[in-house]
Amino acid sequence: MIRRLTWFNATALTFGFTFLYLPIVLLIIYSFNESKLVTVWGGFSTKWYGELMRNEAMLDAAWVTLRVAVFSASIATALGTMAAIVLVRAGRFPSRTLFSGMVYAPLVMPEVITGLSLLLLFIAIGLDRGMLTIILAHTTFAMCYVAVVVSSRLVTFDQSLEEAAADLGASPLDTFFSVTLPIIAPAVVAGWLLAFTLSLDDLVIASFNTGPGATTLPIKIYSAVRLGVSPEINALSTILISIVTVGVITASLLQKRLVRRGYQVE
Amino acid sequence: MNKGWRRAVLIAVPYLWLLFFFLVPFIIVLKISLSDTAIAMPPYVPTFSLSEGWSGIQNFFSGLDFENFAWLLDDRLYINSYLSSLWIALVSTFLTLIVGFPLAYGMTRAPESWRPRLLMLIILPFWTSFLIRVYAWIGILKTEGLLNQFLLWLGVINDPLIIMNTNTAVYIGIVYSYLPFMVLPIYSTLDKMDDSLLEAAIDLGCSKISAFWRITVPLALPGIAAGCFLVFIPAVGEFVIPDLLGGSQTLMIGKTLWNEFFSNRDWPVASAVAIVLLLLLVVPILIFQRMLEREQEGSK
Amino acid sequence: MNEQSSTQKRNQQTVSGNSSTRFEKEGRTPIVEFRNVVKQFGEFTAVDDVSLKIWPGEFFALLGPSGCGKTTLLRMLAGFETPSSGEILLDGKNILPVPPNKRPVNMMFQSYALFPHLSVRDNIAFGLKRDGMTKENIEARTEEMLKLVRMENFAHRKPHQMSGGQRQRVALARALAKNPKLLLLDEPLGALDAKLREATQFELVNIQEKLGTTFIIVTHDQEEAMTVSTRIGVMNLGIVAQVDTPAGIYENPSSRFVADFIGDVNLLEGRIEGEAKGKHAEGNMLFAANGIETTFSARCPDQLEAGTTCWLAVRPEKIAISKEKDTKAVNQVSGVVDDIAYVGNLSTYHVRLANGRVIKAQEVNRRRVENREITWEDEVWLSFTEGAGLLLAE
Repeated sequence: MIRRLTWFNATALTFGFTFLYLPIVLLIIYSFNESKLVTVWGGFSTKWYGELMRNEAMLDAAWVTLRVAVFSASIATALGTMAAIVLVRAGRFPSRTLFSGMVYAPLVMPEVITGLSLLLLFIAIGLDRGMLTIILAHTTFAMCYVAVVVSSRLVTFDQSLEEAAADLGASPLDTFFSVTLPIIAPAVVAGWLLAFTLSLDDLVIASFNTGPGATTLPIKIYSAVRLGVSPEINALSTILISIVTVGVITASLLQKRLVRRGYQVE
Repeated sequence: MNKGWRRAVLIAVPYLWLLFFFLVPFIIVLKISLSDTAIAMPPYVPTFSLSEGWSGIQNFFSGLDFENFAWLLDDRLYINSYLSSLWIALVSTFLTLIVGFPLAYGMTRAPESWRPRLLMLIILPFWTSFLIRVYAWIGILKTEGLLNQFLLWLGVINDPLIIMNTNTAVYIGIVYSYLPFMVLPIYSTLDKMDDSLLEAAIDLGCSKISAFWRITVPLALPGIAAGCFLVFIPAVGEFVIPDLLGGSQTLMIGKTLWNEFFSNRDWPVASAVAIVLLLLLVVPILIFQRMLEREQEGSK
Repeated sequence: MNEQSSTQKRNQQTVSGNSSTRFEKEGRTPIVEFRNVVKQFGEFTAVDDVSLKIWPGEFFALLGPSGCGKTTLLRMLAGFETPSSGEILLDGKNILPVPPNKRPVNMMFQSYALFPHLSVRDNIAFGLKRDGMTKENIEARTEEMLKLVRMENFAHRKPHQMSGGQRQRVALARALAKNPKLLLLDEPLGALDAKLREATQFELVNIQEKLGTTFIIVTHDQEEAMTVSTRIGVMNLGIVAQVDTPAGIYENPSSRFVADFIGDVNLLEGRIEGEAKGKHAEGNMLFAANGIETTFSARCPDQLEAGTTCWLAVRPEKIAISKEKDTKAVNQVSGVVDDIAYVGNLSTYHVRLANGRVIKAQEVNRRRVENREITWEDEVWLSFTEGAGLLLAE
């Protein structure tokens, strides 16, 4: 056997995963620290979680972030799926290269540039900065990620399935909703989740496009972190990490079950 | 609705959205970068309105100059931040490769039943907040932080290391944050590799180590290149990591742009900085896209 | 086997069924010897106590269904697997301690395993460079190999720019370049289409004859094994079931498995009645099939005793079919035509006997199909000679 776990490979794996996870583990441990000093252990306590629950500003920011993420992820998923279908299926049309360029470019665009340029657009058209502008901004860059995820699924899609549906008398719209969508559904869901986390996560673009009353959680965390490490932020981080971990594991288990039931034709 | 209409709507909706929210903003950035500081200072007057028609467009193009770009060339700060951004991105890409390759290689050598779980472990941090992951390092790298406590306790050092607020901290932050982007493409090329190629090399007289250098590494090159681009391109424009982990002497262009915009409130210069940053990144971005296209053609 | 190919003639001439025993008597050293080799993967026994000798200059085929252990046997020779117990000798020396990159054995892989980043020339030269040969020697040898497989004009191509047949030839050249004592071929023609495969089989044989190198080929395709090899080892469930020349394997299978695996065969269950009498019936026994009145005279190399349960094996092409009873025939039985499979040159008649078993009889179509005298539901007589049938205990 050529593929073997030698001591070298085992060391690389151990070192690599320790590097990836140790900081997160330490962050979680110190969220239960009694002491105000983050780096000195003062005994176990959950008091910072209590503090966090009483922090109105933080809770408001979380609520804003959640709404922004749900709206932008949903619009981005619709637009991104359309863009993916256009990329994979629409064939040739005028300035197709420009279109695919516009889909792929935001993926590698530095966030500072995207944020700045959108802000200048909103000012140019006289749109007041607030939740709406953040949603529009997040939708724009998240739809490109959705398009990439969905189009990679569409590429491997067996087109004869659609032809079979049409042959059996389904109209194109029927075919899309009864055959195409169910088959690409895992990719669409993955795209939504990706768009949702990207929006939850974003500091830079939100900072440029935020306005009064639209402070998102990352902006709040950032301004707190700039002042130094605080156990309250550790507690907040722990909660966010737990939610994401549970979400990702549930999603992957669900997908495994779907695959086992044969829903996903790979 | 007939077929032609449906197709037109399907194309038009995402197309117009991207035109309006992606391309038009760039044109505005370009325009403002070429405007005079005084006019463009906030409170900001819309420079372009459709109601003015043709004359509006004419106004839009009149009075443009390269003053702000000349300013960028004049002040050493900007040139230094560009150069230092490129250098920091280059060094951290190399470091990410050094950490990422053995990890990806080790994953392909792990028992097959582990691999999906290992892959999940690589992807999981990517879903957790970037900001939180960078924040986690502050507590570790601080002068009175956990790393120094640990090393002092071990007796390896007598005085705490100064890592926080230096470029070293920025390197660590970038390697840590971008590691999944390096590992995933390398893993997928290594995993796709036909094992019988290595057996053939050994059969023809190679030792295992020389088979690694002569077969595995050359065949992993596309993955290595993709990983390097995926780390290098965003690292050049990185703001959060140099801002939180780097010190006042850490110059990176993302940070400079941010300061220009939020502290100095000089929007035209910020726009000019953005345009130059984009020009710097155009070449690597184009190479990367070309690479992806070629890969897609190859897989067909 | 429909056609007696020219290579098959060669099989019978050069290495007759007895030549290996002759080598044995002369005290020659086999090029390869497996001694009680066992290979286990966890609970699964892939190779179960195999002992086998292969002589210099042979073109030896390991034939068997997938999972029978033939590839594992080959990979142990190459050094990619280590036996759980037993010994493998190359030229009389134990090669188990020798790592794969130091063995004078080269392998042609099923997937060809051509290095995709290297040109044809560099692929062929790859092994030579590892040997520290001088640049001139490497070039000369590479050129020689390119010529051998007729790929001189493709030396600069990359593997993905070539057809399957060309890749196969480059893989062969690369494996032969180091002039190995032994060439191992793992399903070398599996990826080629039927027409090309046939042509390539002859090419392989020609190259082997020209070089005189010992070839060991692993295949699941019995026709391929019969065409190219001088001797065949039929494997099943980790065991070597029979080793013989292609003709020996076909005409004198030692078990029902071998009879059934090589070519098409009719098997009837029954028991031995006693010794057969007749002019050509030396060593023959009388066999009674279950549920049929008539007895058959057939060869019985295992010398089974009367009353033993056994199977009668007869190849379809050795059974004649006619509408009238043949008074002279020794072995004769009647039945009804169930089905006729027409493949152009041949027709196979599926005839149902009184006991419900279906026997296949194959005839060359000398007449046009419209003029065929036998058709569905006809009552027919099947007959075969005393030498045609074989009685098998296992």
